[in-house]
Amino acid sequence: MRVKLRINGEDRVADDVWPGESLLYVLRERLGLPGAKNACEQGECGSCTVYLDSLPVCSCLVAAGQAEDRDVVTVEGLAAGDALDPVQQAFVDAGAVQCGFCTPGLIVSVHDLLERDPAPSDADVREALAGNLCRCTGYEMILGAVRLAAERRVGG
Amino acid sequence: MTVPTRAPDRLSSPISAGVGESAVRPDGTLKVTGEFAYSSDLWMDGMLWGATLRSPHAYARIVHLDTTRALAATGVFAVLTHEDVPGRNAYGLEHKDQPVLASDVVRYQGEPVAIVAADHPQTARRAVALIDVEYDLLDPVVDPSTALDEATPRLHPDGNLVRHVRIRKGNDAVQADVVVTADYEVGMQDQAFLGPESGLAVPAEDGSVDLFVATQWLHVDRGQIAPALGLDEDQVRITLSGVGGAFGAREDLSMQVHACMLALRTRRPVKVVYSREESFFGHVHRHPARMHYEHGADRDGRLVYVKAEIILDGGAYASSTPAVVANAATLGSGPYAVDNVTIDSYGVYTNNPPCGAMRGFGAVQAAFGYESQMDRLAEAVGIDPVEIRVRNGLAEGGTTAAGQVIDSAAPVAELVRWVHDLPMPPPSSGDLRSMPGGVSNSTHGEGVVRGVGYGVGIKNICFSEGFDDYSTARVRLELVAGEPVASVHTSAVEVGQGLVTLLAQIARTELGVQQVTIEPADTSVGSAGSTSASRQTYVTGGAVQAVCQQVRKRLLERRPGYVGSPGDMPLRELLVDGPVEETVEWRHRPTTPLDPETGQGSPHVQLAFAAHRAVVDVDTELGLVKVVALDCAQDVGRAMNPQAVVGQIHGGSAQGLGLAVMEEIQVVDGLLRNPSFTDYLIPTILDMPPMQVEVLELADPHAPYGLRGVGEPPTISSTPAIVAAIRAATGLELTRIPVRPEHLTGT
Repeated sequence: MRVKLRINGEDRVADDVWPGESLLYVLRERLGLPGAKNACEQGECGSCTVYLDSLPVCSCLVAAGQAEDRDVVTVEGLAAGDALDPVQQAFVDAGAVQCGFCTPGLIVSVHDLLERDPAPSDADVREALAGNLCRCTGYEMILGAVRLAAERRVGG
Repeated sequence: MTVPTRAPDRLSSPISAGVGESAVRPDGTLKVTGEFAYSSDLWMDGMLWGATLRSPHAYARIVHLDTTRALAATGVFAVLTHEDVPGRNAYGLEHKDQPVLASDVVRYQGEPVAIVAADHPQTARRAVALIDVEYDLLDPVVDPSTALDEATPRLHPDGNLVRHVRIRKGNDAVQADVVVTADYEVGMQDQAFLGPESGLAVPAEDGSVDLFVATQWLHVDRGQIAPALGLDEDQVRITLSGVGGAFGAREDLSMQVHACMLALRTRRPVKVVYSREESFFGHVHRHPARMHYEHGADRDGRLVYVKAEIILDGGAYASSTPAVVANAATLGSGPYAVDNVTIDSYGVYTNNPPCGAMRGFGAVQAAFGYESQMDRLAEAVGIDPVEIRVRNGLAEGGTTAAGQVIDSAAPVAELVRWVHDLPMPPPSSGDLRSMPGGVSNSTHGEGVVRGVGYGVGIKNICFSEGFDDYSTARVRLELVAGEPVASVHTSAVEVGQGLVTLLAQIARTELGVQQVTIEPADTSVGSAGSTSASRQTYVTGGAVQAVCQQVRKRLLERRPGYVGSPGDMPLRELLVDGPVEETVEWRHRPTTPLDPETGQGSPHVQLAFAAHRAVVDVDTELGLVKVVALDCAQDVGRAMNPQAVVGQIHGGSAQGLGLAVMEEIQVVDGLLRNPSFTDYLIPTILDMPPMQVEVLELADPHAPYGLRGVGEPPTISSTPAIVAAIRAATGLELTRIPVRPEHLTGT
């Protein structure tokens, strides 16, 4: 089947999609956007988090056909040209990236959190990110990155 | 060579700082924008997808294997079995005991039996289901304690013993006033890296192959892949792709030979990506252990002797079991001074999942035993857990269980005092989110008790027992657009720890250049050894330092009499005559094998120590544990990149927390019951407490820059500290990890 959707502000079409394919598969394997990651493909790890009509979702749990005519934003769509989004820059600066496989999903989740709550407490951050697994960092520097991104966003 | 559309990048951003500073990762921007090419992101026009048929049984004879129906399916390009393995159908890290594809017998659930290449991953998976296999079921050997009995079937020609290491230090008949004895058990932990096993094999016209893959040691992969393919080593070229975590699980081959076989057969590029479920079957795990410990001490709690028997379940194939057995033995009395040590450490074959490398291997299991014993001993003589460790802690000049004299810092007492003196967390705030069970609203504080516990660990850094452990580094220094640029080429594997940052920092410090390019790791340069045993900064860092010094020497030959610091060399002037390129093979100081009768020798290059203090709240009614604080002190010799060092300590501690209270692969009758992140739980951000970290820098005079390996020690001591805290809170013995709710409620 054919799937038409808007990704990172561009109209895109994927052809020959098998109806069982997930949005994650179509992004990664058909549309050249491998930023969202395939760590568990059952909605447990958050590595494949993308925005679907402004709501963060596990793209592994969204059938590609469900994204028809909808608006998807992936980690590839957050930077403005060469300028990283403050969340992305904070992850680099705060040491929140090790292997980086969880990073794209976390960045989308943190981006969403700070859109909703520009100054979350640590306890709020922990609740908001409880669906994103990271195996490398022990999460301390991810918390640091969220604090840093929040400060910088407020500071303008 | 044909390069995939998405391939590993050269990392060429300027390096922001030299050795000792928190330089920013050169791959950081690629990773936060989603552009970094992990092995599962590789893509090539015309590529096929590989899939693997695995044994559903723990132990069975293959009676009949028929691929006809699978091969006939539309979209299927190849279905291969053991008959199609072009070379030797055996591989393994230390013993070549594992078939590429099973021929007559399968020895564990998940053992690969056949492989398929198809034009879509789903087509490949469906074709796998069309392969007909008839098995004759055998009784699996699942109890490691009886694996060595005469009556137990032999799973391999030489029997079920992989290795036995004996430690006989001092007098094994010595008596002590105070004796504590107990049995301990460690469950099977999984590395649970997030990036699944994956890679892309690209066939060449001449019958050779290029493999892009996430692994831990390119050259040892190649040394196993090439014979299996019936090729010479130079006909297998490997390039490292982005690695989504490793923690030991990528030391063994997974899909490497399979992808190459399918690519060479179909003459098309073949990509293989494991699903999460397949990943649980596709790599080795941490050895489960059963340990009997007896500690003898005087009335002041000073150790007189340690005796132990340790049985490590290696599962169906040897993998790195021999090294795990040696670690458990030589580090089995822990970071303590004790004159009399008797340890028997065994690694055995069973039909359980194969076990091999995971962060801290051998040392993690033993540490749960000896640290639990130290707390028992403290209680028996009436002193506190800090004091017993301070009184017995190893120090420089002391000897290990293997009789090795420690010739650099061993600040065991200091580390314990450091964590003891850190501020304690405040009492529970009453916020539901700080309670065991969190927003599940399972308690508002009723039934909740708090406890504090300590743990210290010891780990060998680099490869041991006389292994020729070296790394190769090539550095080219040249002018690019008038600016001096150093390019660093090694085959050392970046798994997330920040090696690429460190290598660039070293080049900056040694050569005084701002612009350092890290070339993709591949087999066109010599071996770097494994990214494991906390060794890569030591050994490849040492190699890059050495080669930079060689480059500098060559450069200064162009200006005889120059006496400035490296940072002030007039590089532009010196490089006008052309580039300088050097390659160096660098070795750490040699070690010795263990005496086969006594286990004595100087087996280890370097020893590293960390201590943890854990604070827990336990809901005694429901058996839920909230780790409230997990603080760590570790000696790193020299913090090459302080931010990366602390990141390793955080992450290692988290994996230790997982083993203490959450993580276990459940194996019943050889069958794995929880191969998913739904049922195998790793710590989330809610499970990890804030950490205070103290980093000591007591330089090791034998190591490059004085550094000491960082990655593993924090994984070793966090587990016993947490379990000790739960014991302190509940008064329970808790001799098995992970601690489960039913251990706490007795239900």
